[in-house]
Amino acid sequence: MSQPDAGVTFGYLDEQTKRMIRRALLKAVAIPGYQVPFAGREMPLPYGWGTGGIQVTASIIGPEDVLKVIDQGADDTTNAVSIRRFFRRVAGVRTTERTREATLIQTRHRIPETPLGPGQILVYQVPIPEPLRFMEPRETETRRMHALADYGVMHVKLYEDIAHYGRVATSYDYPVMVNGRHVMAPSPIPKFDNPKMHDAPFLQLFGAGREKRIYAVPPHTSVVSLDFEDHPFEVQGWDRVCDLCGADDSYLDEVVTDDIGGRLFVCSDSDYCAGRRADGHQGPAAASAAGEALADTMEQVAREHASEDPA
Amino acid sequence: MTGPERAMIRAEGLAKTFVLHTQGGAEIPVFRNVSLTVHAGEVVALHGPSGAGKSTLLRTLYANYRPDAGRVMVRHGEAEDDWVDLASAPPRAALALRRRTLGHVSQFLRVIPRVPTLDVVAEPLVALGEEVGAARARAGALLSRLNIPERLWPLAPATFSGGEQQRVNVARGFVAPRPILLLDEPTASLDLANRDIVVALIAEACAAGAALVGIFHDPAVREALDARLFTLTARDTCS
Amino acid sequence: MSAAALMTEADPPLLTVAGLGKAFGARPACADISFDLYAGEVLGVVGESGSGKTTLLRCLSGGLTPDAGTVLYRPAEGGQALDVHALPEGRRRLLMRTDWGYVHQDPRDGLRMGVSAGANIGERPMALGARHYGRIRADAADWLARVEIESDRLDDRPTTFSGGMRQRLQLARVLVSGPRLVFMDEPTGGLDVSVQARLLDLLRDLVTRLGLAAVIVTHDLAVARLLAHRLMVMKDGRVVEHGLTDQVLDDPHHPYTQLLVSSVLQA
Repeated sequence: MSQPDAGVTFGYLDEQTKRMIRRALLKAVAIPGYQVPFAGREMPLPYGWGTGGIQVTASIIGPEDVLKVIDQGADDTTNAVSIRRFFRRVAGVRTTERTREATLIQTRHRIPETPLGPGQILVYQVPIPEPLRFMEPRETETRRMHALADYGVMHVKLYEDIAHYGRVATSYDYPVMVNGRHVMAPSPIPKFDNPKMHDAPFLQLFGAGREKRIYAVPPHTSVVSLDFEDHPFEVQGWDRVCDLCGADDSYLDEVVTDDIGGRLFVCSDSDYCAGRRADGHQGPAAASAAGEALADTMEQVAREHASEDPA
Repeated sequence: MTGPERAMIRAEGLAKTFVLHTQGGAEIPVFRNVSLTVHAGEVVALHGPSGAGKSTLLRTLYANYRPDAGRVMVRHGEAEDDWVDLASAPPRAALALRRRTLGHVSQFLRVIPRVPTLDVVAEPLVALGEEVGAARARAGALLSRLNIPERLWPLAPATFSGGEQQRVNVARGFVAPRPILLLDEPTASLDLANRDIVVALIAEACAAGAALVGIFHDPAVREALDARLFTLTARDTCS
Repeated sequence: MSAAALMTEADPPLLTVAGLGKAFGARPACADISFDLYAGEVLGVVGESGSGKTTLLRCLSGGLTPDAGTVLYRPAEGGQALDVHALPEGRRRLLMRTDWGYVHQDPRDGLRMGVSAGANIGERPMALGARHYGRIRADAADWLARVEIESDRLDDRPTTFSGGMRQRLQLARVLVSGPRLVFMDEPTGGLDVSVQARLLDLLRDLVTRLGLAAVIVTHDLAVARLLAHRLMVMKDGRVVEHGLTDQVLDDPHHPYTQLLVSSVLQA
């Protein structure tokens, strides 16, 4: 473990703020899916970079925690790297790319493919916490609608999608009913990940920095994606497997590999993909030049990360 | 039991004065202490000079006008003592009474925008719960009899001639058999042939046991119906 | 039916309003309003602008809290009479989208302008738990036809509709859930005369066919005559005359009613 920066409090936030946020978190856990307002602090990052998630992480992280940060499923994007670096610096905690090793995972856009266990906590960065916002601009009214479970408009949106596109066009931030009571925005994860939230053994915490809202899904809580009987909820599917690791059960990203239309479909969860390759799995393009180049790049980034984390 | 001595409508001590608040509170007395009983199977013709209050009395019998004094007792039901005072009945009771017991053929048809003639006529039957198809069939038969050609049935009567509108109005008044009928100059704008058809309709209703009260300016109509005259004298009581 | 049966109601009234009053500051908007409304009955409320008609309607429908008086509503199936203003807001909202409906003068206040006609009609069923898209859509199409809108407009937004079509769409959106009681605020208000006639005819037909009870606020006496069984005439927040529609219009007693009736231009 590295030593935290002596000039700042452990976890950057002062103890009072952390207590305030923890109180909000306790309330959020007690009322699954309910958005708890909190006195969000200014963070040394711009809104939209995960300030809500960072405040939640900063309030619950301890010196023994092992932190993983993912952005679009990957550990190596700028946002993930800078948040990881931030916590190494202000909390001195160990960081990892391995889903299994992490005790605390802060995420933007994905839930890891590797199933999480009871000892792990997933913290979501949320840009727009209010699922009713697109139908009802007034905050006073949306709060009342939540209070009265007046959720007719949610299905109006789904109806409208089917009427115009023949199916529900919403493919990420797909609204869910939590614990049979509160409609919740699951943050912009693909609806592919929605089923992982249901009856999950791990704790899920959500932080919205700009709108100053915290909400939560405690372990083993029902999380049901909204749908119609004759248009049941469906996740995205691919008629192919990951080009590098051959996985047929993961969310695939399209990667353009050259200027003449070459492209690969690879796991968006880079740790999952690397783990499978290490175990000897091979995808159809693993041996191609483009496939090897992509795999090399990913390994190189992982090495750089390992080297920047002295632990 | 619809014997000739069975009283159907009994007006007692009716008085009516109009107070025109928009014209300095001018009072226009029309009649007072009017009493009239009409029996089943009887035609009573309200009689008297213009301005004697025939129309006002007829409208008061229908509760269109509210009398200042007196009662309008209407038989409603089978038992001997089944009477309702229409003048003081609550609105819902008055409407039910009009639907089932007390029909009214006004002098002019009040046109309902866009509603086809056939449905205008069928409406009173439908209001009584008759199936729409059957009600339209009855309405059509009656319109045919009154010489309203079938091509006019789908049209709203707004553009019809005065005589045609009057016959539509008569059809609407007779389509649902009601034990009491009030008729305000039902033949006024009709030619002789159509007049006779309306007279026949009235006579048939009478023969079937209805009690009828009407204003008939045409003496031939009064004679043909063997109507008992009930004479109002201007601005006063009557016999 | 005997005379006794006629005079004594078989069922208690749907709505019992007693001593209703509402003031804005020192100025009373409506005062001391009492009446019963029975199933299938249409009550017209007439009077000039500012006479308190709309305030009364909003107090009746629970949108405004009155300063005085009560509004009792008796739900179907012989349920307990509900004191509308003592209900928790959730119950009142539920009532508003099940047993009741409210038709706004401006259809933009009663419609979601940003979603299709079908979604507008489907919202109430969906809010009540309908979860079969095909059936929701079929019902919406059926209602669109019943309010005389072409079926190929089902997926169009009301922003592309004319004023008359919007008002008819608003009706469909309200009536789809089979309310027993509908409040209407100047339903023909902003429409051209030719468009009004069509809406009036439709309203009259639907109200009769569905056996709706309704409270219709209007300043148009012709509208009142066509739609209402009985009328309340309001002036300065008070009811000055109340009776059968044709009685009130043909034999008005109160000076204000006489003025209203005599002020109507004959075409």
